[in-house]
Amino acid sequence: MALDKSYSDIPGTTIFDADQARKGYHLNQFCVSLMKPANRARFKTDERVYLDGWPMSEDQRQAVLARDYNRMIALGGNIYFLAKIFSSDGKSFQYAAALMTGTTQEAYVQMMLEGGRSPDSNRSAKEKK
Amino acid sequence: MAKITAGIATSHVPAIGAALDNGKSGEPYWAPLFEGYRFSKHWIADHKPDVVLLVYNDHASAFSLDIVPTFAIGCAESYPPADEGWGPRPVPVVEGHPELAAYIAHSVIQQDCDLTIINRMAVDHGLTVPLSLLFGQPTAWPVRVIPVAVNVVLYPPPSGRRCYEFGKAIRRAVESFDTDLDVQVWGTGGMSHQLQGPRAGLVNKAWDNLFLDRVVEDPDNLSRVPHIEYLREAGSEGIELVMWLIMRGALNDKVRLVHRFYHVPASNTAVGHLILENSV
Repeated sequence: MALDKSYSDIPGTTIFDADQARKGYHLNQFCVSLMKPANRARFKTDERVYLDGWPMSEDQRQAVLARDYNRMIALGGNIYFLAKIFSSDGKSFQYAAALMTGTTQEAYVQMMLEGGRSPDSNRSAKEKK
Repeated sequence: MAKITAGIATSHVPAIGAALDNGKSGEPYWAPLFEGYRFSKHWIADHKPDVVLLVYNDHASAFSLDIVPTFAIGCAESYPPADEGWGPRPVPVVEGHPELAAYIAHSVIQQDCDLTIINRMAVDHGLTVPLSLLFGQPTAWPVRVIPVAVNVVLYPPPSGRRCYEFGKAIRRAVESFDTDLDVQVWGTGGMSHQLQGPRAGLVNKAWDNLFLDRVVEDPDNLSRVPHIEYLREAGSEGIELVMWLIMRGALNDKVRLVHRFYHVPASNTAVGHLILENSV
């Protein structure tokens, strides 16, 4: 019997479920490695070489190099793990969120100050139409 | 005997910790948020417990994807602050209460709530930001803390109902512990927020405020809200709010609301905060 994944129709949202966790295991574990200062230094010295040391897919490696967070999420990354990448880059959650929503950090900060993104027409694909 | 005297709910946004650690709490962006905790800092000075059972979630700091426990309790002597990618927060080491923690673990497992036992762990902003909000920047935390870590990162987290029942089991455990201790239970995380994808930045003030009403007045029905409602209404990371139900389950059915605060935004997140006393 198919699992209930009724959350799949939420616009602009990928739920990090057990299937995603399975696909993203090595990508996310690479992110965990960046919690150690020595590993952060090695990563910064040569990102490509460091990434090649992890058995992840080439798509996943390319997404990391491009800092394409939406792509990393599609390939099984979880935002709390991916946070280790942008933290290592000296960037904030707000910076990453702005990037993922395709806007500038200034515009994103302003949206939050004005009360955030409304749930209206954002609850489901059906509602969005 | 040990007694649960009060519960606290609060968001645990990492940027709040960073604002405090970097001396930015007086800036116009942050001042209104810290103002909402001014009452709480006075209240906790008058109601300082011996032990806080601090319900929170780890954010890929102590638990990598190697092992993801649904419910876990810390039985260690102490917990260092975690390095989350920018170095550990400059906050004191968290002192545990291994004796009470082990007692709770034993008791709740025998009440059919299965727990993972942790004897060594670093604690991230999920645990240390609530301590900072209530206690400020002391050289040592003034209470002992038992970390209760809940998986809300890898979907599905435990149901609201399961969390509420777990809270009730915690209460039965604490109140059969044969030492006089004043214990508080804190539920952290939330409120509405989404940190990922094109829908990031979602905030739902109406839903959050209804949640604040219901967690005080109608927790039994609130605990039956399905996950899909949290995801649609409160964002993919808003699901953290199930952890508040553990705190609420550990209190009396009727509680006294002594403080309520709601603020948008803290970085990407709506901040909610409650102080609930167990009415006698």
